[in-house]
Amino acid sequence: MLINPASTHQDDLWLERHIVDPSQDNRQPIILETKQLHVYYGDNEAIYEGDLKFAEHQISALIGPSGSGKSTFLRSLNRMNDGVARVAGQILYRGVDINRPEIDVYEMRRRIGMVFQRPNPFSKSIYDNITFALKRRGVTDKKTLDEVVETSLKQAAIWDEVKDQLNKSALALSGGQQQRLCIARAIAVKPDILLLDEPASALDPVSTGKLEETLTALKSNYTIIIVTHNMQQAARISDYTAFFNMGRALEYDKTSQIFTSPKVQLTNNYVAGDFG
Amino acid sequence: MNPKLSNRIAITTLYVIASLIVLILAALLGYIIISGLPALSWHFLTSPARAFTSGGGIGIQLFNSFYLLILTMLISFPIALGAGIFLNEYAKQNWVTSLVRTSIEILSSLPSVVVGLFGFLIFVVRFNFGFSILSGAFALTFFNLPLLTRSIEEALAAVPDEQREGGLALGLSKWETVTHIIVPAALPTILTGVILSAGRIFGEAAALIFTAGQSAPALDFGDWNPFNISSPLNPMRPAETLAVHIWKINSEGIMPDAKAISSGASAVLVISVLAFNLLARFIGRRLFKRFTAG
Amino acid sequence: MNSKLQKQLLKRSKAAKIERLGKGVSFLALMLIVLTVFAIIIFVTSKGLSTFFSNHVNVIDFLTGKNWNPNVTNAKGQPEVGALPMITGSFVVTILSALLATPFAIGTAIFMTEISPQRGARILQPVTELLVGIPSVVYGFIGLTVVVPAVRAVFGGSGFGILSGTFVLFVMILPTVTSMSVDALHSVPRYYREAALALGATQWQTIYKVVLRAATPGMLTAIVFGMARAFGEALAVQMVIGNAALLPTSLVSPASTLTSVLTTGIGNTVMGSMQNNALWSLALVLLIMSLIFNLIIRLIGRRGAITK
Ligand SMILES: Nc1ncnc2c1ncn2[C@@H]1O[C@H](COP(=O)(O)OP(=O)(O)OP(=O)(O)O)[C@@H](O)[C@H]1O
Ligand SMILES: [Mg+2]
Repeated sequence: MLINPASTHQDDLWLERHIVDPSQDNRQPIILETKQLHVYYGDNEAIYEGDLKFAEHQISALIGPSGSGKSTFLRSLNRMNDGVARVAGQILYRGVDINRPEIDVYEMRRRIGMVFQRPNPFSKSIYDNITFALKRRGVTDKKTLDEVVETSLKQAAIWDEVKDQLNKSALALSGGQQQRLCIARAIAVKPDILLLDEPASALDPVSTGKLEETLTALKSNYTIIIVTHNMQQAARISDYTAFFNMGRALEYDKTSQIFTSPKVQLTNNYVAGDFG
Repeated sequence: MNPKLSNRIAITTLYVIASLIVLILAALLGYIIISGLPALSWHFLTSPARAFTSGGGIGIQLFNSFYLLILTMLISFPIALGAGIFLNEYAKQNWVTSLVRTSIEILSSLPSVVVGLFGFLIFVVRFNFGFSILSGAFALTFFNLPLLTRSIEEALAAVPDEQREGGLALGLSKWETVTHIIVPAALPTILTGVILSAGRIFGEAAALIFTAGQSAPALDFGDWNPFNISSPLNPMRPAETLAVHIWKINSEGIMPDAKAISSGASAVLVISVLAFNLLARFIGRRLFKRFTAG
Repeated sequence: MNSKLQKQLLKRSKAAKIERLGKGVSFLALMLIVLTVFAIIIFVTSKGLSTFFSNHVNVIDFLTGKNWNPNVTNAKGQPEVGALPMITGSFVVTILSALLATPFAIGTAIFMTEISPQRGARILQPVTELLVGIPSVVYGFIGLTVVVPAVRAVFGGSGFGILSGTFVLFVMILPTVTSMSVDALHSVPRYYREAALALGATQWQTIYKVVLRAATPGMLTAIVFGMARAFGEALAVQMVIGNAALLPTSLVSPASTLTSVLTTGIGNTVMGSMQNNALWSLALVLLIMSLIFNLIIRLIGRRGAITK
């Protein structure tokens, strides 16, 4: 479902859009903002209208049909698409445009972490999974590392399940545990923003429930942007929701608004289950 | 002809051919082991060769083979690892990369005599290393690099991309991710490749006859200072290996027991290569288990 | 704008430095290999050409001359360096061993993939892997102690010659050609077979008319690959062929190949001498043939890719 920019751009302009600025109705400052974002895979433009603002300490959900560009958008935010896609436009992180070649992507990604659809723990022990990135950054003090392991695992709500087996291989954990370990691993480097791409899609309902609790609890410390296919999930955990369709963010508003009285017809259809 | 009948005939023929191949291997192995076993003894494995009289052993050649193998691996593994990493992780799909791949393919298909002659020209003559372990190790490195690089590249490619993304998303560089996560995850496969190529190196002779030389001067196994001329570790001494020894005594050997010695040496060579093969399988399976669970 | 953050994000991190270094080092490793290949080609070529440029031997005379005797000068006042006997020897053993190995290799490969995949995986695959692993000097030694006496007993003469060389090379390239043919057969999609069988074809008809056709490019590659190995094999052949630089007149009389003359000759000549240069020219022929085999494999690959 790729957009051909030349032919459809004009025709699609009739489409209504409704995008809010979360800092207006919410006292939190904007932490991340995209401006004139365009993403191209080769000659194909996968995102051509994705200007959104994300407020601090909020959970924002990205929903939309398959192929609408949610992952593409999300992965552009911390430049995981470098080398895969060409990303034009600005991505302002606390006012600094991070979509510039001079930006040190490694420091930026430390601040804007990401968790993926399929749990991807390293084939190392649970302990080493958490401490690996810190060690690479020169943290060697055993006590500091121990502390980080404990707090990260606690924040990711998996501490109680693994505290007695920190030296066990992470691959021996269940899928749900692995995913929470990946969240713990991501927050161990003290990021500012967490991006999650369908983190629950490979999990069973019980694990999904736990993961959602974890995310809700993390909100007070982190800003979270999550892609999900699960409408109930978006409704349960997010404060704001963006609806993507064919490479554009069509509607962005408070989650309650999106799910009760969307302003854009296509959003309404999608939320009501009429397509997608 | 009736299709049913021709089907029957064809399939029977295929059974015969397949059995023949098994038979060939069985005969080869049987012949090597049976004719070689009587010669094998502790004395044979440890004592030096004799040029004109019978009763010589293969001790020095055996040591040379292992020393050369280790030295070759020490030189070629880092290069192959670096090249494999670049090819799998960094190389873009463009004409430079395809040129590189073509040249690696060319190197892997060059006759080993040609590689040996090149080693002779460069190391023995130009660099004045003479017939030496070092010249031999460099020649074997050229011989080894293409296959080892390819097997490392394949091992890396088999590690899922999610592992790479996991590292990058933590703010690690690609290099750190590859060296600390991808390479360890690929280690069982890499090690299997290394051991299999070790078997190939161990049996190689053509690349060595003009580089490591065809003589095995006496060694003083009490002297491990690599700078001393009779030290086993001295990399500048000529070093006939086991494989070269077999060739040498069969081409121009004049000792009375040349045949018994070659039989014994062949048995040792084949048993070593078999051992490398089994070890590769064993280690591959063992490490794989350790890395995936437990 | 947040200038403190901006500064932190613009500063080159340790990771960025490591990345640059690592990428550079691994690139150098790769370039080292490429450089080696170029160096081999350039050095062998320049040494190999000196026969023609320094010693003024005519290339045609070299390729077609029937007498190899670098120590002797002929009527024209030029050294006798006719490489035809060796070139012929190399081609004859290569072609004969490939002709012999092909039916066996393809038969075995068919058996392993189509007839009895279970036995193929459990018995034949380890067998081919072990056969690949046996060092060529061991093949040479067995050739010398088993094949040569057998040929002598049956055909008389010394037993050394093209026939013995062919037998040894046949066994040597058999496993390579087999395992590559297996790969080729494996790449034929399942439904080809199912479609043919569903039309009422017998198993052999399916194999012969459908599977083998589809796998032809891959099998050709396997055979050419085996030929390249046979052409370049040195010691095993040298041990059984008799090493007489004569144009072969029969399969059981001593002959020679490019590689056999090289291995016996290089050590007995002085670097830079005419005799030595002539040997390097043989090496050049080997190199060129190796490149040609490579090219053929590439061409087959491209053809196969288009028709698929
Ligand atoms: N690596 C890639 N190369 C080329 N095109 C891509 C790539 N990744 C995605 N696309 C294309 O970009 C468009 C958006 O894909 P994207 O994965 O962002 O959608 P999505 O909304 O995340 O879908 P899903 O819900 O299925 O995950 C699709 O048309 C897809 O085919
Ligand atoms: Mg997606």
